[in-house]
This record gives sequence, C-alpha cells and structure tokens, in this order.
Amino acid sequence: MNRRQKTLITTVCAALLLIGVIASALLIGDEWIATNFEIKNEPPSLAHPFGTDWLGRDMLARTVKGLSVSIGVGVIAATASAVIALILGMLAATMGKAVDNAISWLIDLLLGVPHLVALILISFTLGGGLKGVVVGIALTHWPSLARVIRAEVMQLRSAEYVLISRKLGKSRWWIASRHILPHMIPQLLVGFVLLFPHAILHEASISFLGLGLSPHQPAIGIILSESMRYLTSGMWWLAFFPGISLLMIVRAFDILGENLRKLTDPHSAHQ
Amino acid sequence: MIAFLCKKLLRFATLLIALCVLSFWLVSYSPLDPIQAYVGADMTRVSLEQREAIAEYWGLNKPPVERFLHWGSALVQGDMGTSMIFRRPVADVIGERFMASLALMSMAWLFSGILGFVLGAIAGMKQDTWVDRLMKWYCFTLASTPTFWLGMLMVIVFAVWLGWFPVGLGVPAGVLAEQVTLADRLYHLILPALTLSILGVANVALHTRQKLVDILASDYVLFARARGEKGFLLFWRHGLRNVAIPAITIQFASFSELIGGTVLAEQVFSYPGLGQATVQAGLRSDLPLLLGIVICSALFVFIGNLVADIIYRLVDPRIRKGESA
Amino acid sequence: MTTQSGETPLLEVQDLCVSFVQYTSCLRQSTLQVINNLSVSIYPGEIVAVVGSSGSGKSLLAHAVLGILPGNASFSGVISYDGQALSPKRQAELRGREIALIPQSVNYLDPLMRVGKQVQTSVHAGNPRSRQREVFERYQLSPDVDKLFPFQLSGGMARRVLVSTALVSGARLVIADEPTPGLDDAAVAETLDYFRDLADQGCGVMLITHDIEAALKIADRIAVFYAGSTVEIAPVQDFAGEGEALRHPYTKALWRALPQNGFEPMPGSQPLPHELPAGCVFQPRCRQATSECSTERPAMRTVREGMVRCIHAT
Repeated sequence: MNRRQKTLITTVCAALLLIGVIASALLIGDEWIATNFEIKNEPPSLAHPFGTDWLGRDMLARTVKGLSVSIGVGVIAATASAVIALILGMLAATMGKAVDNAISWLIDLLLGVPHLVALILISFTLGGGLKGVVVGIALTHWPSLARVIRAEVMQLRSAEYVLISRKLGKSRWWIASRHILPHMIPQLLVGFVLLFPHAILHEASISFLGLGLSPHQPAIGIILSESMRYLTSGMWWLAFFPGISLLMIVRAFDILGENLRKLTDPHSAHQ
Repeated sequence: MIAFLCKKLLRFATLLIALCVLSFWLVSYSPLDPIQAYVGADMTRVSLEQREAIAEYWGLNKPPVERFLHWGSALVQGDMGTSMIFRRPVADVIGERFMASLALMSMAWLFSGILGFVLGAIAGMKQDTWVDRLMKWYCFTLASTPTFWLGMLMVIVFAVWLGWFPVGLGVPAGVLAEQVTLADRLYHLILPALTLSILGVANVALHTRQKLVDILASDYVLFARARGEKGFLLFWRHGLRNVAIPAITIQFASFSELIGGTVLAEQVFSYPGLGQATVQAGLRSDLPLLLGIVICSALFVFIGNLVADIIYRLVDPRIRKGESA
Repeated sequence: MTTQSGETPLLEVQDLCVSFVQYTSCLRQSTLQVINNLSVSIYPGEIVAVVGSSGSGKSLLAHAVLGILPGNASFSGVISYDGQALSPKRQAELRGREIALIPQSVNYLDPLMRVGKQVQTSVHAGNPRSRQREVFERYQLSPDVDKLFPFQLSGGMARRVLVSTALVSGARLVIADEPTPGLDDAAVAETLDYFRDLADQGCGVMLITHDIEAALKIADRIAVFYAGSTVEIAPVQDFAGEGEALRHPYTKALWRALPQNGFEPMPGSQPLPHELPAGCVFQPRCRQATSECSTERPAMRTVREGMVRCIHAT
C-alpha cells in the first residue's frame, strides 16, 4: 500500500469517527443522562464505560452529548470565520493597495492580542453564552485563512487565462465567479476544516473558564469545569474520559484537514 | 535598523490606539452590570440612591464618549484606573500579578524552547525514521490537547495520587504573604510550569524539524555531504547555525499562545497570576482591570515579536551586512 | 592521452541506471528511469566532458558516483574507483577525500559560514588554516576573502572559492557539475584553466556540462549524453571538419548545429524519461534509422578509438 492510499484511509476513518459521534449524540435521548442516585460516583465498568458522575448520570452519554454541542458550536463559528476570511481575503487581493494595507493592519490588530484574552473580551461584551462564544471565535480565527485566500487570488489574477478574459472585456464579477472562485474551492475547504480544531479547542477553553456556554448547555468545557470540583476526591474518570474524547475529536478534524490538503496539493506527487 | 524600529513602533502605536478605542467601545456595550460587579451579590440591599452614587463615583452615568476621553487621558498619564474587585489601582494589580505569571511563563518558555529545539533537531536529522514519526505524532497530539485538561491530569497524577504536590493555591494556605519563601513559590510553580512546558514543545519542535528538513534538502548541505560530512558533524557545522535563528524567532513570536496557556493553567492550579485576574475581571465585570489586561497583553505580545525581528536582523549576516553595505 | 590500454581507470562507470519513485495518477506509484545504461571511464590526468542538453539528468551521474542520490532514487550498475567496485560504505569513505565535487554556484556554500572556514572543513591532511591560505594565495584570493560570507563574494571569487574546496581536499578525482552557465567568454576560459591545472597535477576531471564548445576547448575525451544514456565517447580530435570522424548520428548533428560548423538545426526534441521510444532512443530523429533500430536497444561497442551506441556506426 502506498502513502496516498494510506492517507485516503486515515481520512475516511477520521470522518467516520466524527460522523459517529454526531449520529450517536442524536440517538441518545434524555433518559440516558437522567439522574439516578443509586449508581452515583461509580468508576468505569462495562455498564458505564466512562463511569458515572455525582448525580449518577452516565459519563459516556454526557461526553457524547457534550462533544456534539462543541462540534456544533465549532462548525457554526468556523463557518462564520471562513466567510469573513473569504470576503476579506478577496477584498485584500482585488481592491487595491489601500484596502490590502487596511486589512493587513486589521490582522495585526487581531493577532496582537492573545486569542484567549480577545475571546474573553468579546464574550464579556456579548454577555457570555452561545452568542458570545460563536461571535468571539468567528471574529478571531479568520486571519490565517484570509492570508491564504489573498495569496491564492493574487496568483490567479495574474494567470494567463484571467488576463485574457479581462482583455475580452469580461466583467469583474464574471471573472471572479467563473475563474477565481472555482479554483479557490479546494483551498477554502481545507482551510475551513483546519479552522475546526482551533475553534473547538477555544470553545472548550472559554466554556471551561466560565465565560462561554452556560451550565444549561452541557458542552464538553462545562463537563470538565464541573469535574474540577471532584478531582481531589479521586474521581479521575470525570475528567479523564471527556478530555481524551475531546482530544480525539480535535485530532480527527486536524487529520481530516491535513490529509485533504495533501490529497489536493499537486506538489506532494514526489513524496 | 533605526528606521526599521521606528516603523515598527509607529505601526504599534496606531494598533494600540485602535485597540484602546475598540476594547473600550466593546466593554461599554456589555449587558453585564458593572455596578453589580462592584457591589457583589447583594444587589437587593443597595437602594437606588446608593446605586446612583456608585455610578456617579465610577462615572458610569456619563455617555461612553466622555467616559472614554476621561479613561484615555488618564491612561496617557500612566493611570489605568482602579480595579473594582481588588479595590486597588489597576497598574498595581497587573504589576504584581504579572510578576507571578512571569515566573511561570519564563520557566515554561525556556524549558519548552530548549526541549522543543532538541526534539525537533533529532527528528529532522532522522527524517522519515520511526524516531521522526513518533516525534511528529507526539507533537500533533499535543497541539490538539486542551491545556486545562492536561493540567487536570497533572493534578490527578502528581497531587492526588502521588501526593507530591499541593492540589491548588499559589501559596500555602494559612501562611501570611510575607512569610512565603522562595522555595514555597517554586514548589507551587512546578506543576503549572510543567503543564505549559509539555504543551509548548509542539510548536517549536515541529517548526525546527521542518526548517531542518528544508536545510538538509538544500544545495549547500548536498555539497557538504559531497565533501564527506555526515551525521552529527553535518548538523553541528551546517544544521545548527541555520536552524537556530528561526527557532529562536518562533519562540519569541509565541508569546500570544503562551499567555493563552497561562490563563488556563492558572485557572486549573489556582495560581494567583495575571491569567486568573483576567478570568475574574471577565466573570465579575471589572472593566478597568479587563481593559488594562488587554492593553498590557498586547504590549507583551508586541515586545516578543519585536525581539524576534531584532534578533533575526542582528544575527543573520545577510541582513546585517546587506544593510550596512 | 588516447591510448590508455593497460592502465587502470581512476573511475569506471558501467551500465549505470538511476530511477525515481513517483505518483503518476492520484493513487498509483511508478518508477521513472532517468539514467539508463550509462558507461563512462576516466583516467588520471585526463579531462572527460559529459555533454548533454540541460535538464537531462546529468547531475545525477555526479550524485550517483558520490553516493548522495536523494532517498526516493535507486540505482543499479557498477561504479569502480581505482579498479575496485564502490560500495555505499566505501563511497562514504572516499567522498571529499578521494573524490571531490565542484558545484555550479555560490548557493552550494553555507550562507551563514565564513568562506575561509568552509574551505578549511574540506582539508583532510595537514594544517587546515595554512592549507586553505596556500590555495587561496594561488588563486589570488586575499586574506580579507577568508572572512566574507558567501553572499558577499563576486562571481569570480565564488568560482575560485569553489575550486579551492576541491584542491585543498587533495582529491584525485574531481567532478565539476555545470561550472560555466551564464558566464562570459573570459570567465569561462578562466574557469576551464582551473580544471586543466587540476588535471595537469594528475587528477582525473569529469566535467559535466551542456556547453559543448567549452568542453571541446579543454577535454581530452567527450562523452555525449542523450535521453539518459551515453551515445558516444570520442576523443576530442574527432570533433573536426564536417564531423566525419564522429561515430553517432546524434554527435554529428550536434557538431553541425554549432554556429561555426554550418548552424544546421536538428529536427525534433529529446524524449522525456517516461516516453522513451522502443529500440534506439535516437531512432525517431535519426536519418539513418532502419527497421532494426526500432526493435532492439543497441549496446555500447568500440569503434576505432572510441565507443558508440549505434548499430550502423563504422
């Protein structure tokens, strides 16, 4: 088996894991995480592989639910961020030097403040909650993708066939929609998928700090933040399993993005 | 070099002014009530008159523009206002908390930098062997690891199970602040610093590895090989000097991630540093402190990037001699 | 220089093949043979030029001899040095000591190391400092040059520094890879003099170049490289007149394409490594081609004082 085929297989596995988590979260009803004091604080067993919490809720079901909330928030925030990146990246590449400079100044402004501090500030402004997290992540995660898009559009704009189209008197919009956008799609898709890991990690972090989702939305950050209180009592499973599941989901998105990049990149032909 | 510094400083000045305006504008639109933050939970005990007196005292009843001018003019004179939750000048709070965080950050920064460079260099030299694959796997996994979760694992293993370290608190409980010894401080510093170091390795190691792989594929390394150099000698003569500058640069440019990690680690280990103050300011609507921290952290990140740029210019002969010539 | 029978060649390459692994379509791997059945030999005190058009994989010959081919390349055939077959281990021992490479440009020097120091690292016997100074004196490089970084060297200084690395090493076989591209006539002549100088001291010199005119000026024998193989090895005296003494139709065409010999253009172009024709690689462009030429690839055979890979050659 050669390297390309291996890449394809790991990509499919990562995608299946993600789909599996989302699908099982939809299938799990509320009765799975109902309070049951008879089985509270149980360590991992066959019946409850991730153990149970202080209210007797099954940690596996809670983790899967929590992950799907985090993935959902990540997807919404990453989509919004990708849209901002696409618009600003295209503007920077096509609207002349002044706009380009202004956008690069804006990127410097955003990168000048540590991500987490900026997230706390934005989340605070919006009064926390789902809105605060989504807007915060959307507003802070676009610079890297915007830079990629800008560079790509700049390159395409000077390509022969685009120059010819312009000579033929095609409108800007026609060139953008027929020639530039179609070539951008693989790049955009890869960049979009690669936004997920950061978005999910930051969502979990800010929720963990108590500035993100409220305790009524049991995201993975909330579950971990609650389990902090039970660390000293030796209930390691409350923190260990949700955390490692989060790690695996983030890694799966990362693998998905990196592999898609490898498969779409013509330069990797010789490896 | 001077022209370069001036340009950088000018750009930073514009960014800082914009940041001040933007953050002030953001926090002034927050639906969270700063008066409640000041008073605490007992809002019911506060009469409307008292409320207005507090608002008057903090200037909260004035329009945002006026408040901004007031805050901004004080800021120019070095006065960042008074923290609502600590009831002390923001500059003092930040100064004290920053020193505590600095101890944590510098330990993590130094340790992760050295370890990351060594790991990256080994992986790069052994490209495509199992050592390299293991290192890459390790670093990519670290990059996906939530900082706070790793901190929690540390607490479980080293503090709860093994009992080697205290479970929380930056200083021993029940001891006056003046009596805390350096040894105590160090003792409480180890776990959070270790957490941050382990995670910080990934970035610099992967970067060093990639740079070294590029260098090993370069024409001058091909020629060095043709002259019979190989293994450690090759790394020592050509790899080290070419990979060191980018590695140091990336480490200085990573202050932003370092602060993010510190905020989370301090929260997990109840370490009384700037990160914990940030979270408290956010949770309890301490506007002056939050604004002060945003500006100071931006300054810190800027200094890191500036030092990275300066080192690059000072060390690389191509830029150094190129400019003077 | 033309009668070397009885003497052992310094370097002898027989049937060298170099191939690469790469992806052709999305998921399929294939091997690409870049050099096939190449044979060439070099005697002490002799300059052999390997001449072929740019991008035809000539540099790989140098890398194969030194044992520094990239990881995804594999090779077969026999390379012997001083009558003994070269194993990878022996190549590693000889690299830089017995066999030296002279690269084509200043990019092959470490950008962050002073050039004097870099040349000193090539010295294997005696005091590196004094040996390097001695060779720099010989090439009129002042002591200031020792302290320069590669990007500060002028073109002429860079060439002399590169040649110095070979000279200080005390190597007996020197391989120069495209030493003359982009140089004016005076600089070419100067560079070529350095190689003549090396050969006169008893070194064997392999000059890999696309510049046939430069090669004719100093080489003792010329090996003509076409589509990954040598089609002819001829003494330099044979390149004369109308090219009657030459053996292979490609060599003759090459000779006649030179400005001073009629400037006669050659139709067609060299085939790429993955689309080599069946039989003789030159057959599609050859005027003398017969049906036999397209069935079997001709072997290298001796004709008069040289070697040729053509069944019609006399």
